[in-house]
Amino acid sequence: MVIQGLAFYLFALITVAAGVMVITARNPVHSVLYLILAFFNSAALFLLMGAEFVAFILIIVYVGAVAVLFLFVVMMLDIDFARLREGVVRYLPIGALVGLVLLVELLVVLGAWTIAPGGETRIASPQPSLESGLTNTEALGNLIYTDYVYAFQIAGLILLVAMIGAIVLTLRTRTVRRQRIADQVNRRPEEVLVIRKVEPGEGI
Amino acid sequence: MFELGLSHYLTVGAILFTLGILGIFLNRKNVIIILMSVELMLLAVNINLVAFSTHLGDLVGQIFTLFVLTVAAAEAAIGLAILVVYFRNRGTIEVEEIHLMKG
Repeated sequence: MVIQGLAFYLFALITVAAGVMVITARNPVHSVLYLILAFFNSAALFLLMGAEFVAFILIIVYVGAVAVLFLFVVMMLDIDFARLREGVVRYLPIGALVGLVLLVELLVVLGAWTIAPGGETRIASPQPSLESGLTNTEALGNLIYTDYVYAFQIAGLILLVAMIGAIVLTLRTRTVRRQRIADQVNRRPEEVLVIRKVEPGEGI
Repeated sequence: MFELGLSHYLTVGAILFTLGILGIFLNRKNVIIILMSVELMLLAVNINLVAFSTHLGDLVGQIFTLFVLTVAAAEAAIGLAILVVYFRNRGTIEVEEIHLMKG
């Protein structure tokens, strides 16, 4: 139990510290790297909670796709980041105030919070017990392909639309001169050649 | 203190969510950091969902987390694509100049 607690505090501390660094790092590349650190540590938190599938999906999707996408964009765009840092000091007081108020509110909600009586009996799809031999991934798969199959299909559609949208937005057709063999072969001398008789001293 | 409960995870989620909001306030000009702050907030939401799911023993929370992940990935892809197009047209990614883009 103590080891579990220690692991939780380690992962939670690193997650929060990485979150702080994401929003305060001077270089956006460092921000992305800290974001990756935060994702890894929250995946470890998910493992600690006992949600293995979500933990690994978090690493695969967030670290493997989203964070790398951010990294690509940050590195490929030639941006003057020093200029973008201006105004941080100006917005620090109001931002800190709003953040503090929100945090205090959230923690107050946490302190005075209970599960409604009878809430434990209204579980839609109970987690399989360890004795049943069904892993977390299997149980989730059983649910997602039966009860939530339409939602799952819609999620796929959302990803498809996002992919098409990203391609449509960033695709540009370059006007590059290319060699067209068919045009060259089809050229006839009478279409492109004019024979003129040039008188001496007059020009065309 | 070492006995882990639901509130431990919820506290981490609350702190991460606040950090996301603070990031949006602090980096008013840099769209990339704002998008990353949104990702942080979605991560906090995921932590909350999974914490409740495992605490109550209900798997639906984890399924919902998967959908949140889907939407987050789609949002990041579209947002960054818009960012690239905007940078191509204007040569900057300052948020404060986006309102000049009329029509």
